Amino acid sequence: MVVAQGLTYEYHIRDEQGKVEQTEQALKSINLSIEKGQFVAILGHNGSGKSTLAKHMNALLFPTGGTLWIKGMDTQDEDKLWDIRQSAGMVFQNPDNQIIATIVEEDVAFGPENLGISSPEIRKRVDDSLRAVQMTEYQGHAPHLLSGGQKQRVAIAGVLAMKPECIILDEPTAMLDPSGRKEVLDTVYQLNQKEKITTILITHYMEEVIRAHRVIVMEQGEIVMDGTPKEIFKQVEVLKQLGLDVPQVTELAYMLRKEGIPISDEILTIEEMVESLCQLKQK
Amino acid sequence: MLRNITIGQYYPVDSYIHNLDPRVKIMGTFVYIISLFLVPNFIGYGIVLLFLWMLIRISKVPFSYIVRGLKSIIMILIFTLGLNVFLTPGEHVLFQWKFIQVTGEGIYIALFMGVRLILLIMGSSLLTLTTSPIQLTDGIENLLSPFKKIGVPSHEIAMMMTIALRFIPILLEETDKIMKAQMARGADFESGGFIKRAKSLIPILIPLFISAFRRADELALAMEARCYRGGENRTRLKQLAMKKEDYKAIVIIGSLVIALVLLRMV
Repeated sequence: MVVAQGLTYEYHIRDEQGKVEQTEQALKSINLSIEKGQFVAILGHNGSGKSTLAKHMNALLFPTGGTLWIKGMDTQDEDKLWDIRQSAGMVFQNPDNQIIATIVEEDVAFGPENLGISSPEIRKRVDDSLRAVQMTEYQGHAPHLLSGGQKQRVAIAGVLAMKPECIILDEPTAMLDPSGRKEVLDTVYQLNQKEKITTILITHYMEEVIRAHRVIVMEQGEIVMDGTPKEIFKQVEVLKQLGLDVPQVTELAYMLRKEGIPISDEILTIEEMVESLCQLKQK
Repeated sequence: MLRNITIGQYYPVDSYIHNLDPRVKIMGTFVYIISLFLVPNFIGYGIVLLFLWMLIRISKVPFSYIVRGLKSIIMILIFTLGLNVFLTPGEHVLFQWKFIQVTGEGIYIALFMGVRLILLIMGSSLLTLTTSPIQLTDGIENLLSPFKKIGVPSHEIAMMMTIALRFIPILLEETDKIMKAQMARGADFESGGFIKRAKSLIPILIPLFISAFRRADELALAMEARCYRGGENRTRLKQLAMKKEDYKAIVIIGSLVIALVLLRMV
């Protein structure tokens, strides 16, 4: 679905005369392959290059070195630009700045309208997409009256209506309150399971990636860790060195283990914690 | 204080008027405004008022919403009334002080103009209250599209309007937020003369502009990500189509014009 080979992105910091002062590498020769239907979470803190990577997948930025293929299409191929943007939809961080229309259903229709789809088909897609994110009852509402989580779901519906095979979410929950965050995540995970849409979730919240198939940790433009959530969060020390947290429960298990309590290092959720604590008690 | 602007605020209910073709409503409003200038006397206004009252009833928009729209023109209204009352020369002088005089004709003209202005605003806010901004821009785009050949960028105008309308509430909210933030740090927007107050707006406008540019940048990115490439080959979710009701509406508005023309001739 998504294949990157030696993907590099450089940008120049210029002084006032426009001379190149410094060249920064936001992405350093990234090799990556994401399969169809996978749920991949990309972790990393600010400046790690995760958003830059996301923008490449939607052909909003173009690599300065290496190649990125989406569905076998080279993102630098200008003829394929719109096909790429249609197959890899993108949801941004700020819900307010990505809703274009003043009515929910019109906004969802914006993508298909741009693709030149016939209006009965647009109608169908809008209804389907709104149903998929459970926002059907709000179809006639004005976006500015919705909550942050609802707006983000509308934005997701807007991407879904273009029938993408892959959705890239660039910190979709960063500006939401906890309930909105849960709302959006549940929607995203559900879409991945039900509609089999390849999902790439970029975030810096550890709790959000527990349910992912695969977690990629980025640091200074490089991929430093890659594996299942359990494999990643096992390495509590490495993560801490990178300045990242682990989910609270994993942290607790880590601390217990440090104190000599024989508890599994693969605990990610409260349920798993309860389970293993009960087993401990029985022994 | 920033909330009570009704012009450009859609009142979503289902009514006969809401369901009319926006093109009919826009042209109808135009005709209505022109017909206001045809009105020869207060009887004419009576007819227009009756017509407007009927429309408001059919539209199911609460009357208070329409009156609220008048608040925004209150200064203009007072100004017009004042100018007409004090500066109209005439025979029936009721009051005189140096060059200022109040005449019977002045009061008549002032009232006449005042009523015209009120009816004008009420009528046009009915358009924006019953037509969602998106329908409105659709209608405008459609009405302007014949002029595309002479270089009128009808799609671009419509898109700009849509985005402007979309961001009005957001920027208003933001203004409110910035004002409160500045007030919390001791900014004073209420006291002082006109110039001092105007100056005190600078710390609001600068952050507002910066944020507006930032938003514009992000929005452009989001639009590109959703395959926006101008008006070419673009389809619409809702195609405009004239229905039987629309033709009826044309007949009704036409009869208003005819009634007023007849009144003028009598």
